[in-house]
Amino acid sequence: MDIVVCIKQVPDTATVRFDKEKGTIIREGVQSIINPPDLHALEAGLSLRDQFGGKVTVLTMGPPQAESALRDALSLGADEAVLLSDRAFAAADTLATTYTLLKAIQKIGLPELILCGTHAIDGDTAQVGPGLAARLGWPSITQVAGIEAVEDGAKLLLKRLIDQGYEMVEAELPVLLTCHKTLNTPRVPSLKAKMRAKKAQIPVWSHEDIGAEPDKIGISGSPTWVDSTFVPAFEAKKEMLQGSPEEQVDALIKRLKESGLI
Amino acid sequence: MAEVNYFLNEEQQMIVELTRQIAREKIIPVRARLDEQEEFPWDLVKDFAQADLFGLFIPEEFGGFGGGCFEMCLALEQLAYGCVGVTTTYAASALGGYPILLFGTDEQKKRYLPDIAAGKKLAAFGLTESGAGSDAAAIQTTAVEEGDYWVLNGSKQWITSGGEAEIYTIIAMTDRHKGPRGASAFIVEKGDPGFSFGKKEKKMGIRSSSTTELFLDNCKIPKDRLLGRRGMGFIIAMRTLDQARPGIGAMGVGLAQAAMDEAIKFARHRIQFGQPVIAFQAIQHMLADMATEIEAARALVYAIARTIDTGIKDMAKLSAMAKLFATDMAMKVTTDAVQVMGGHGYMADYPVEKMMRDAKILQIYEGTNQIQRNVIGQALNKEYAKKA
Ligand SMILES: Cc1cc2nc3c(=O)[nH]c(=O)nc-3n(C[C@H](O)[C@H](O)[C@H](O)COP(=O)(O)OP(=O)(O)OC[C@H]3O[C@@H](n4cnc5c(N)ncnc54)[C@H](O)[C@@H]3O)c2cc1C
Repeated sequence: MDIVVCIKQVPDTATVRFDKEKGTIIREGVQSIINPPDLHALEAGLSLRDQFGGKVTVLTMGPPQAESALRDALSLGADEAVLLSDRAFAAADTLATTYTLLKAIQKIGLPELILCGTHAIDGDTAQVGPGLAARLGWPSITQVAGIEAVEDGAKLLLKRLIDQGYEMVEAELPVLLTCHKTLNTPRVPSLKAKMRAKKAQIPVWSHEDIGAEPDKIGISGSPTWVDSTFVPAFEAKKEMLQGSPEEQVDALIKRLKESGLI
Repeated sequence: MAEVNYFLNEEQQMIVELTRQIAREKIIPVRARLDEQEEFPWDLVKDFAQADLFGLFIPEEFGGFGGGCFEMCLALEQLAYGCVGVTTTYAASALGGYPILLFGTDEQKKRYLPDIAAGKKLAAFGLTESGAGSDAAAIQTTAVEEGDYWVLNGSKQWITSGGEAEIYTIIAMTDRHKGPRGASAFIVEKGDPGFSFGKKEKKMGIRSSSTTELFLDNCKIPKDRLLGRRGMGFIIAMRTLDQARPGIGAMGVGLAQAAMDEAIKFARHRIQFGQPVIAFQAIQHMLADMATEIEAARALVYAIARTIDTGIKDMAKLSAMAKLFATDMAMKVTTDAVQVMGGHGYMADYPVEKMMRDAKILQIYEGTNQIQRNVIGQALNKEYAKKA
């Protein structure tokens, strides 16, 4: 089963701080990690490959440093990696991103399965997976929390999270899945794969390499513009009520009534 | 602040990176539960296998990574930073595998090492008996040649991974009248007729590790399970321990580092008399001694492990020094870590009480630290006799 896993390098939001004046993220000292849901997509791909053979190719679009995310994926056991990096790709929204990924996947050769994370923890749109499937004319199954391959891998039995619980979906290949963090437990890297990853030559493709039209990529291909970013103001006031318990309760009820909460 | 540079090569740095990640992400979140429930860490064994760690010391031709004593020390230090109990399971498999690696025939190596390297099978080492602890030569288990078989009788005590491991190196007497030349080493497999296990011991520390008795009751194994030559049993056991002991020292270093990290984190935030307790010189001096002694032990263990990897023959003294110094240090540092944290350190809500309990075993197994001193002392006596 040949599989492409799309991953994104994101700032580790657990350690991120904001420059409130400029409304930007302070990138200095912040670690870059593989978008956490993507690790579950990769794990799903690796275990299907371990079960059925074939190869797992990881693909990312990003700045040259995003190569380290690909090396991390190779350390976990991915077979091949491709980096899409070109100044012309910069400031892409999800429309331009899915087009760019489509062109790259066409160059790699269409796989039987494409796996993405549910969403990226930085942009949080959850659009890239389904958008890419739409461009391919493939079905996409989102929020996948369970995968069982049946009929020798020709079909996948999928558990898909919905608001009220989950539903079971049967999908034939080819298909694109977006993987939820409850899908599996990502494996640890292995020494041998880490050695291979360290030495691997990772191809870097520009828009010319994948034959992408300049007006469909990067900022020119992006109808969505970020006007500004800001840290939402968090204002909470603390007040200690004084007096005996009875007085405190009276004061509390009065306060709740005043603010129209009861 | 600058750190000591141990000039690790790229591969060695990778081993540290990987084992540190495993300790942080996989071991630390579950160690308290494993300890409390005395649960054998099968999930972590699978992680170690996936990470190629079981083959770290095994040559590439047998499916391993081809590392030496030093690479093992680096891994053991980082894993023990997470949990000495879990790491004991890992170390015991190497202890059971070394005799095959060091003394096995090509056949035996091909048959057993790839499975040990892949972590498909755990290995164990069975020397100790109820009447033979420090005095290993007092073992009573016997092996008698009968046609195409060896028949083993006796019992082993306190064998790490007993019942969980599949491959056991067992030392038994073959010619009692020959004294120290009268023992031989055998490979016994789980499932061999007449081979069974006692109950799991309840222990002070390393409670996730399984420690059991082994029973050999007319245990019949094929001839080709003899390791090395007949009569080499104790030589095989001693060479195996020489190879493994620096690793126990490395576990002491990792454990002590973890205890100190916890103690410092706590001391910076615990306020008494209006200031963090780390502001008291009495606490600072304890921490200063800890940090200095940990670094000294690390430097010693690394230097000795690297020396062993150059292929020296007579390594008993150096190997004993690495274990002795680093594990006595670990006992002291973990005890002091509890002291720095006061009552909090004594509570199971904080990890240092477990660390102090776990530290004790490092001074006992693979030869008590009294025995390490004996080994060093006897070596000195010999060396100086030659000089005289
Ligand atoms: C948790 C655990 C796991 C173990 N795992 C294994 C294993 O996997 N395989 C295995 O073969 N064994 C194993 N052992 C056994 C271990 O190696 C022995 O416990 C150890 O060698 C000491 O033997 P003993 O406990 O019988 O102590 P004893 O020999 O009874 O010693 C008692 C005390 O006397 C001291 N002493 C004894 N002789 C001398 C001497 N000549 N000079 C000075 N002091 C002396 C000792 O240092 C100690 O303080 C394990 C033990 C434990 C507790």
